[in-house]
Amino acid sequence: MTVEGLADSVSLRALPQPDHASRHYWQSAAEGRLVVQRCTSCDAFQFYPRSLCASCAGETEWVEASGRGKLHTYTVIRQNRSKAFGPLSPYAVGIVELEEGVRMMSNIVDCDVDALQVDMALEVLILRAADDVGLPFWRPAAG
Amino acid sequence: MPVGARDSVIAGIGWSDYPVAPELDAMEHHALALRRALADSGLRKSDIDGYMCAGTGFGHNIDDAANMAEYLRINHRWIDGTMVGGSTFEFYVQHAAAAIEAGMCEVVLVTYGSDMLSRMGRTLGTSTFSSASARVGGPSQFECSWGNVLAGGYAMAARRHMHEFGTTPEQLAEIAVGVREFAGLNPHAQYRDPITVDDVLSSRMIADPLHKLDCCVISDGGGAFIMTTRERARDLAKPPVFVLGAAGAQTHWTISQMPDFTTTAAAQCGPEAFSRAGIRPEDVDTIQCYDSFTITVLLLLEDMGFCKKGEGGQFVETGVLRRGGRYPMNTDGGGLSACHPGMRGVFLINESVRQLRGEGGAAQVPGAQLAVACGSGGSLSCIGTVVLGKEGPA
Repeated sequence: MTVEGLADSVSLRALPQPDHASRHYWQSAAEGRLVVQRCTSCDAFQFYPRSLCASCAGETEWVEASGRGKLHTYTVIRQNRSKAFGPLSPYAVGIVELEEGVRMMSNIVDCDVDALQVDMALEVLILRAADDVGLPFWRPAAG
Repeated sequence: MPVGARDSVIAGIGWSDYPVAPELDAMEHHALALRRALADSGLRKSDIDGYMCAGTGFGHNIDDAANMAEYLRINHRWIDGTMVGGSTFEFYVQHAAAAIEAGMCEVVLVTYGSDMLSRMGRTLGTSTFSSASARVGGPSQFECSWGNVLAGGYAMAARRHMHEFGTTPEQLAEIAVGVREFAGLNPHAQYRDPITVDDVLSSRMIADPLHKLDCCVISDGGGAFIMTTRERARDLAKPPVFVLGAAGAQTHWTISQMPDFTTTAAAQCGPEAFSRAGIRPEDVDTIQCYDSFTITVLLLLEDMGFCKKGEGGQFVETGVLRRGGRYPMNTDGGGLSACHPGMRGVFLINESVRQLRGEGGAAQVPGAQLAVACGSGGSLSCIGTVVLGKEGPA
């Protein structure tokens, strides 16, 4: 998946329905910032956003993530007949481990699928998908 | 009351028609499986006072516990509609055993039915679950935009296992080859022709590193089993099979929340089930293991303690799971080759019972006394382990 080809595909993708706990996350991404929750009691980071700390049931606050991470694991999808993803095949779906320790699913872009390596360094690339939603893609870290 | 009179047993098993039954809808699969399990047990329908059923939510089917209890007209005094995916039926054995042993009910019926192949086709594992222009809520909102498919989640577990432990595609393929060998002995199995490791590796790549033959089939089908007490089973048609230990656990539901991509909740509920049964994995004669994908089997076997974490590849490549091996596995041909209508857990229980009764035919494991059924539901999320025995608790 090249960065240039992403914009077209974004308009075809299913998008999240932000809810009370996730609205700030998606809205921040729409504005180009990646944020995650941190517990004010036990300091645990968490993703996805919840209305409680899933570790200790405490309150959470929002902190900006560094936007750096590594590829915990991935797959290359070879078969998908949907309108959005059929033309993109083969494409990489990965689990990214952020520097903050939390993990999220995303597409690994701007990289040949055969060049992907588990634990490779990644950086975030956020694309606006709607007024209330930005999608954090990940690509190999520069340098 | 004699000691152990309320020990829980499985007294009847039945299957609907599989793997292809276009004339049946999901509710009819439930009904047919019930009729056959009743006939197998020698019980009457009016004996049933407990019912367990999980609606699949697939297609147009309304087959949740309350609707199915009405359709089948089960006048229950105890009901459980727990739905944790394909392993639901292993959890049901745990729950029903507790209810029976506590005296809440005497005869518990479990039914399952699915017309997935005939109504939905073969796209479940390789389609993106939501379409463009739809907004997706709940935890799936964090996965819906990335074009992942069901097979992709398991592929990511396999990829991480390969990275950490050096597990190979050949080792995963061996699992599919062994299961296919048993499918050749099951006249109902969806695919029966023998396959080789090379066949698996040369089949189409679906989601790296999983090939088509690393993935289960998609079928129609259904099953039912009936549980009661040791005492009630004394004068029934078939010798009872005893529930010796059952346990379940959950680590996550959506795949991106899996805490450790190489370890499932079987690491928790496997040892618990064995401990309750007072046995160790090496005492087991046959394994019925959820095989949605080859990697599912590898992880569950490691986590239950049949080998150490990371050594599953070397463990399976010696042929231990094959016919005549130390732990013949999925002796009905499994989900990889025989039948997978969406939630396969009921077949694991029924096949364990068939083996322990000595009704396995050409696939019979000689002298089988102890069987373990291990189900995986969701995306390696909810695991249930059940130890069944030909003899009751000592």
